[in-house]
Amino acid sequence: MKVVNAQKKEAPVRTSNLLPVMVMAALLGGCATTGNSKDPLEGFNRGMFAFNEGLDKAVIKPVAKGYEAILPQPARNGVSNFFANIEDVYIAVNNLLQGKVPDAINDAGRVLVNTTLGVLGFMDVASDLGVEKHNEDFGQTLGWWGVGNGPYVVLPFFGGRTTRDAFGLVLDLKVDPVGNIGKVPTRNTLEVTRVLSQRVELFSVDKIVDEAALDRYSYLRGAYLQRRHNLIYDGKPPRERDESE
Amino acid sequence: MKLFILLLVGFLLPTAAPAQTPEGAPDVLVKNVTNEVLEIVRKDKDIQSGNQKKVLGLVEAKVLPNFDFSHMTRLALAREWRTATPAQQKSLTDEFRTLLVRTYSKALTEYKNQAIEFKPFRMSAGETDVKVRTLISQSGAKPIPLDYYLEKTPQGWKVYDIEVDGISLVVNYRESFAAEVRKGGVDGLIKSLQTKNRSADGPERQ
Repeated sequence: MKVVNAQKKEAPVRTSNLLPVMVMAALLGGCATTGNSKDPLEGFNRGMFAFNEGLDKAVIKPVAKGYEAILPQPARNGVSNFFANIEDVYIAVNNLLQGKVPDAINDAGRVLVNTTLGVLGFMDVASDLGVEKHNEDFGQTLGWWGVGNGPYVVLPFFGGRTTRDAFGLVLDLKVDPVGNIGKVPTRNTLEVTRVLSQRVELFSVDKIVDEAALDRYSYLRGAYLQRRHNLIYDGKPPRERDESE
Repeated sequence: MKLFILLLVGFLLPTAAPAQTPEGAPDVLVKNVTNEVLEIVRKDKDIQSGNQKKVLGLVEAKVLPNFDFSHMTRLALAREWRTATPAQQKSLTDEFRTLLVRTYSKALTEYKNQAIEFKPFRMSAGETDVKVRTLISQSGAKPIPLDYYLEKTPQGWKVYDIEVDGISLVVNYRESFAAEVRKGGVDGLIKSLQTKNRSADGPERQ
């Protein structure tokens, strides 16, 4: 029951949506045997990982291939920019919540420029003007305020997250402008297009990981944890490398 | 004519062999190799369409000499390195080198003309372990930092780790290497690496 304690201590934010997932994870995780302290639910997680990979292979990847074949690269870039512009709205909110006011102003400026000059966000004019894009979300905001990682958990469809980032994800989805569109057909079309657009961008990464990984699960888990750690510190994490030698 | 050549050599020598290291500053090394390799990739249609053999050749010739694979393997093995015999250490280094070269080559074939920016670099005199920062820009996304860690060796500056967006290439292997060693000892890990490298020899997988 170490797991439950760790969650209580490190992720005090309560959100009812995730509770069933967490309970299921805790139950199934009992059978995990490997000694990774960051991943006490490895048994369950590997199962969910296999499920996600299966879903990807059977449905998402093939449809994304079709999307890639139909839309030429410039059009795909436009779509990707369009969603990146929407994303900038809650990146601004998160920078504000982390007290990084100049960054928040930068993000709001990006939305303003890209929505107008960039024709509803289809062109990333702001980046060309040197107004750099940031990467923020509620998981990072929680981390910035000192909430620890908690156990690693693989969510259905969304993939691997730290417990903290899983809670962050719930908040991300709550404020997501696309998810909040009232008209259901429009919303669904946009949601599906966004998933395909993001999936196509991962084709390259996929091939590289295939080449690199002895064990895809632990490779992706390690990469995710390193990357999140780095993002929370905005690219300047305290040095830890030296412990090895 | 002879005099002219002598003069030319005389002019070139001081720049080719500065007091410190044969290759000069580490940031210059990273910049030169990056530019040279990407210039070739940009012009080569075969590499762009994923010709592994050709890109492997390019990496072997231009990139490999600037890497310290023994250092990389030591870092990835962490504590387990000392439990390995010299023979095992050699096999590990060879296999890990093959794996890294393949991965690096794969990444090059996926290069899509993104702009690379070299961040300002400063080092104090006598430093032997440095980080050279670059930034890969792409439209509609946060630029991705790509950092090189270099160590000064008697053979000049050598790269011993690459960090992409905060993900250290070498550190990322630690967990799976440690897990393999726990499962089947150092020999088990060597075998897994061999199997992996051999499977990659086969026809292109999807």
